[in-house]
Formats: sequence, structure tokens, C-alpha cells
Amino acid sequence: MNAQATALQDPRLNRPEPFTPPLGDGGFFQRDRSIHPPAYAPGYKSSVLRSPRQSLLSLENSVSEITGPVFGHNDLGPLDNDLIRNYAKDGDPVGERIIVHGRVLDETGRGVPNTLVEFWQANAGGRYRHKKDTYLAPIDPNFGGCGRALTDDTGYYYFRTVKPGPYPWRNFVNSWRPAHIHFSVFGSGFAQRLITQMYFEGDPLIPVCPILTTIPDKDALDRLVAPLDLNASTPFDSLAYRFDIVLRGQRSTYFENRPEGN
Amino acid sequence: MPQPLNYLKETASQTAGPYVHIGLIPAMAGFDIFEKNFSNVLVTPNTKGERITLEGKVLDGSGTPLRDVLLEIWQANAAGRYNHPADRSAGALDQDFRGWGRAGSDFESGLVTFETIKPGAITDKAGRKCAPHINVWIVARGINIGLNTRLYFSDEEAANAADPVLNLIEQPVRRATLIAKRGERAGKVVYSFTINLQGPDETVFFDV
Repeated sequence: MNAQATALQDPRLNRPEPFTPPLGDGGFFQRDRSIHPPAYAPGYKSSVLRSPRQSLLSLENSVSEITGPVFGHNDLGPLDNDLIRNYAKDGDPVGERIIVHGRVLDETGRGVPNTLVEFWQANAGGRYRHKKDTYLAPIDPNFGGCGRALTDDTGYYYFRTVKPGPYPWRNFVNSWRPAHIHFSVFGSGFAQRLITQMYFEGDPLIPVCPILTTIPDKDALDRLVAPLDLNASTPFDSLAYRFDIVLRGQRSTYFENRPEGN
Repeated sequence: MPQPLNYLKETASQTAGPYVHIGLIPAMAGFDIFEKNFSNVLVTPNTKGERITLEGKVLDGSGTPLRDVLLEIWQANAAGRYNHPADRSAGALDQDFRGWGRAGSDFESGLVTFETIKPGAITDKAGRKCAPHINVWIVARGINIGLNTRLYFSDEEAANAADPVLNLIEQPVRRATLIAKRGERAGKVVYSFTINLQGPDETVFFDV
């Protein structure tokens, strides 16, 4: 038997799958945990009893991680991205009217299209519409404080709201949260799932917040701060803030590489 | 200097906080705002597969249930196929099953429940059979970055023993932290689970 015949009998050389492009297996870039807050961050006291102590077990992405729920416009209502109107009862909510807009990208710089972005926040006085929030600032009868949007084909999203207020919370006796909006983003696979918070340029509470300062990387922290975007503001109506969100990079998926499509 | 690799960096995670319900399950926060809401019920009357209830708690390092935790699950349908275009496997799609749901824990007991179906076995990229499992993502106040884990099924002993992910767990005793226990109540199949964030029975969490 010659050498070539031997090679053809080697099962490793007879895989049914062709060699795919180096960024073509549909997996996600390994998460860089050095830019995320560690699970155990004692300055944020609630994390002490809620942080795993064992190492995370690293998994190569399988179909369970590169897939994730798909949402469509049927899941949303027409006012879902308008927090000024989606809970209004007898007028507009109190507060500074703002637009928040930006793109959901992945680490390759590509927009993440048709992905669900959800957001929630306190009202202008720093009070949440939540039965467990007992802060003395009043509930605003015209403000719910939540909304959601699907990104467009380029990953762009936008919504309208009022600027949330800062509020005190039990960590140290005089801990205050900077004004912030919570964001929940899906991406195209469940391993991209992310919850984060957006802060506002110039807020003096940012450098002293025990939650924000769990982030060990100064640049990563700065990327959570939305700049004022005067160009996107609506004259005589609303200021705008720009907030881009970056999800883990994805090596393009199987279906993008196969001419037969979905 | 070599050419720069101009990749962006992932946005940093922040805790979901105690009021996560406002944005993700507003009815639990105490108000009604959206026409359509996401829930812990993954099935419709037309969904194919064995109906199951998943029921469990997430415990902190003192053994106390988290009463403000939010779980999301993502799973294949009864044929082992995920409802997503990147799943190229042969199992049939079920138009009546998205495969995703979310649930907040009860504010008193900490109990979390899902109404779903038992997923089928999945075939991985290397062609290996993977035991039926449900992917779980956990966020809450005090959790700085969402925790990923899985739930397997106690009545799938042979499949679990051959599962490539369970076998990656070095200590066999820790594999048991991912097995939901099958039982019955009032004629319904209930799988119960406990997720321990810390302690000798700490659940295996994954860096996916």
C-alpha cells in the first residue's frame, strides 16, 4: 500500500465538512473577563454572598450557545420605545426630555440587526415604579419607566424618555447611584446575552459609585458613559445621548456561509 | 509596529439590580404597561413534546433563597432542534415553540417556575449526542455578570453519563449539581432543581 492510499484511509482526512473560513464556525470570541466586574467585589456588598467561588468551566461554543431566541415586531407594541407616552395617564411625565440612541455592534464592528433591547429606569426624582422601592421621592403617575426596541438592519435603536434621577441605596450609609438606565440585550446567540447600565456624561456620582467601580478597567467604565449628542437633539423638544453597545464578536454563522441559506 | 487589529471591546456588564422586574417582567413590579409580555410559560396548546414544570430556587452563600433573582432558559424543542437559523441539525422545527422564557423568583419563597417541554437530545458539531438539557442564565442584585449554567434530567442517566459537557466536569460529585430531579405532582411532571451560588454544593457555572 503506498503512502497516499494510507492517508485516504485516515478518517481525519475524510470529514464530510469542508474546511471553513477561519472566522466561519459561528462561535463567539472568548469573553475578556478583565473588562467585566468580578463576581466577588466586596465594595458592592450584595456581591459577597452571591458570587460563585469556584472557577467557571470554559465551554467551547456548541449549538446551545451560538443559538438564542429570535424576536420580531410582533413581540412589541407601537409605544414600546416611547417612555414619555407608554404609561401617560393625564399628561407627560415630569423631567428632562431626552432621546437615547445608538447601535448594537459586535466586537468585529458589525451591527447586530433585529435584536431585542430592553431598558428600564427610575423617574426624574430617582424613584422606581416597583413595589419593593420605598425611596421617599414620589412616583410619577405618568411614568412607567420601561421600554424596548428591536434594532434595525444596521443595529441601530432609539427611544425617548425623561432623564432618571440619582437615588440613595443601602450599601454604605451614604451611597448614591448616579443617574442611569438599565439595558438588557440579546444578540444572536445566548452566549452574547448581556445586562448593563448606561450613565450620563458629567455626572459627579460616577467616580464614587460602588457598583460602577466594580469595573476594574478605566476604559471599560468610560464606555458605559453616554455623551451628550447635540446633533441628534430635537430643537425645542429633547436633548439626545448616544450609547453604543458592543456584544461579543461572532465568527459568522454557518447559515451565512452556505449558499442554500436558512 | 504590526498592523492594528481593530476589534472593539465588549461592553462591561453591570448588575441587573433589585428592580429588574420593571424592565423585564413589569407585572411583577406591580404594573401593566406592554400589550405583549414575555413569561415563564414556553408552551402553547399546540407545542409538541412532554409537558414539564421546572421548579427551583437559587441559594446564596448562607443558604438563603434569592427572592429577587431572574432566570432565563433557552432550550431545544422535543426533536432536539433550536428555533434559530444557526441550528442546522435534522430535527424538525416546531412553529409553536420559541424555546425561550424568563421568570422572576417569588418575592416571599424565592421559588422560580417554568412551564415547558422536555427537550430532545442534541447533536454537537463533532456529531456526538448530547444529553437533553436546558441552558440557564441568572441575573440579580449582587450578581455582577450573568451566570450561565445548565439543567439536565435525572431520568436520562445513560445519556448524562455520555454527555461531553458533563464529562468535562472533573469531579463527578459536581456533575450532580446540574441534574434536575424528576417527580410528579397532581399528575404533572415536575423537575426540581437547586442552584447554589456558593458552598460545598456550589453549582457548576460555565464560561460559555
